[in-house]
Amino acid sequence: MSTAKAQLEQLPRAMQVLLALGALALAAFPLVPLEAADFYLQMLTQMMILAIFAMSLDLLQGVSGMVSLGHAAYFGLAGYALAFLTPADAPIPLWWSLPLAAAGAGLAALVIGFFVVRTHGIYFIMVTMAFAQMVFFLFFDNKALGGSDGLYVNFRPDASALGIDLENKTQFYYLTLALLLGIYLFLRRLLFSPFGRALAGIRVNEHRMRAVGYGSFGHKLTAFTLAGTLAGVAGYLWAAQTGFVNPELMGFHMSAHAIMMVILGGMGNFAGAIVGAFAFEYVMHVFKDLPAIGGFDTGKHWQLWMGAFIVLVVLVAPRGLLGLGEKLLKRRGRASE
Amino acid sequence: MSQLLLSARRLTKRFGGLAAVNEVSVDLVRDRIHAVIGPNGAGKSTLTNLLSGDLAPTSGSITLNGVETAGHSPEAISRLGLGRSYQKTNIFLPFTVWDNVRLAAQSRERHAPWNPLRWLQSAASLASVNQRCERAIELAGLAHRAKTVAATISHGEQRQLEVAMTLATEPTVLLLDEPLAGMGQAEAERMVALLLRLKPDHAMMLVEHDMDAVFALADQLTVMVNGQVIASGTPAQVRSDPAVQAAYLGDGHA
Repeated sequence: MSTAKAQLEQLPRAMQVLLALGALALAAFPLVPLEAADFYLQMLTQMMILAIFAMSLDLLQGVSGMVSLGHAAYFGLAGYALAFLTPADAPIPLWWSLPLAAAGAGLAALVIGFFVVRTHGIYFIMVTMAFAQMVFFLFFDNKALGGSDGLYVNFRPDASALGIDLENKTQFYYLTLALLLGIYLFLRRLLFSPFGRALAGIRVNEHRMRAVGYGSFGHKLTAFTLAGTLAGVAGYLWAAQTGFVNPELMGFHMSAHAIMMVILGGMGNFAGAIVGAFAFEYVMHVFKDLPAIGGFDTGKHWQLWMGAFIVLVVLVAPRGLLGLGEKLLKRRGRASE
Repeated sequence: MSQLLLSARRLTKRFGGLAAVNEVSVDLVRDRIHAVIGPNGAGKSTLTNLLSGDLAPTSGSITLNGVETAGHSPEAISRLGLGRSYQKTNIFLPFTVWDNVRLAAQSRERHAPWNPLRWLQSAASLASVNQRCERAIELAGLAHRAKTVAATISHGEQRQLEVAMTLATEPTVLLLDEPLAGMGQAEAERMVALLLRLKPDHAMMLVEHDMDAVFALADQLTVMVNGQVIASGTPAQVRSDPAVQAAYLGDGHA
């Protein structure tokens, strides 16, 4: 019998307003004259890409109850797809290379998912990780695939069909923002669709879902494939932005990173994944910039502080930052009555 | 209109050396309630699980609405018109009563999960699903609880919810595993009334410990002990069977 607690799916009005304000702030940010504006633009672009990646994982982890420890494989594969597709001397058009790279990641997820979605719980975690490690070492050990050094993406994709120039950091930023918002709205819609409701049912009580006639295998495989495809969109953008791919992108650390982002923000509503990605990256930068105390370089050991921070959040706010926010909103609502 | 909807022949389920169900045959007929009784460990729940596809039989055959279903998956059997409720309440605790039943009703829509149109529709606005859901909740007497979270309703209401979810899939055959377990007097009476109301349209198998309810409801009675059927017939026949009196009912019931 499942004792899963109700997840935060319907966001309270006040939280929706805050999220909309956040989106507006992101849209307005490039207009703010700043020193080192490029640096911040790139940092925010990276956060948005990771937010897309985290949302794709949330579809599995938060909505469907499948905790994948190998989700970075699909992120990395699409990045590599861009690296392989881009010739040494010219950019390739975005309009077909992005769908192709994402579809490639989705195809890998379909094939791997065919095996892994039959498993449950700890076995699912193990098998997703095992497959991702296989993909990791396939690239790591293969000189033809770039080996441990990885590959350069010589040119950013050509988005002139959309009338934008991705070499321009501001325009790249806006493309990423548009994709982030588009994917968020799509996933929110999906969450309350018949498919999304069925996934939620499978998370809570798969046995009962089968007893009333749902083929859980098809639902889970579809979710796994879709999540892999969306992770691919993020991986493509990552490779396009950094101009570089290496096996670390599909490694264990990257997968764990995404899990922590989703947990930090709050699972099962996609907004949490976005908030989690931004919060995680922000806190990481804060910890990395910590000053040295005596002979001890505190910033270098940021992972130690990060670990402690995640533990603290899980203890104080088991439903993530968004869950905590909802609790505070409720309390305030009650106090003002 | 009596009509044979489910027929199980010589069903056997072995767990290692133990035959939990041994050569059991059951017929379920529309407008008839077939009760299965027996002491704990007699194999009643295993029999239910074999019929619903939760377990695959070691041998024997099951015909459901004209289709051979032994060894089929629970979802396939559900789609052929079999609905079951569980002995241990098996619902979606964090969801509201409405969402529990709506999910069960939604399973009867054509649903290819990989169809992108299914990703963009709003589940709450599927009119036929809502109708089926409303009807099932109404039938089970839970209309006043529709918006309540399932984890917070009473045990008896959770049992009613079990039945409502089963009804939402519009089955022709109902397997009810101890629907009265743990219910108070008033709740039990309401459940008995519900089962009688459902009877004309369904073939029902009722696994139950409450003997008063069994004798009030059942048209046909099968008594199991140690995985085997020791008696089967009308309640009157079974009641007067000396083997049953010795093995199960005891002198008090005779």
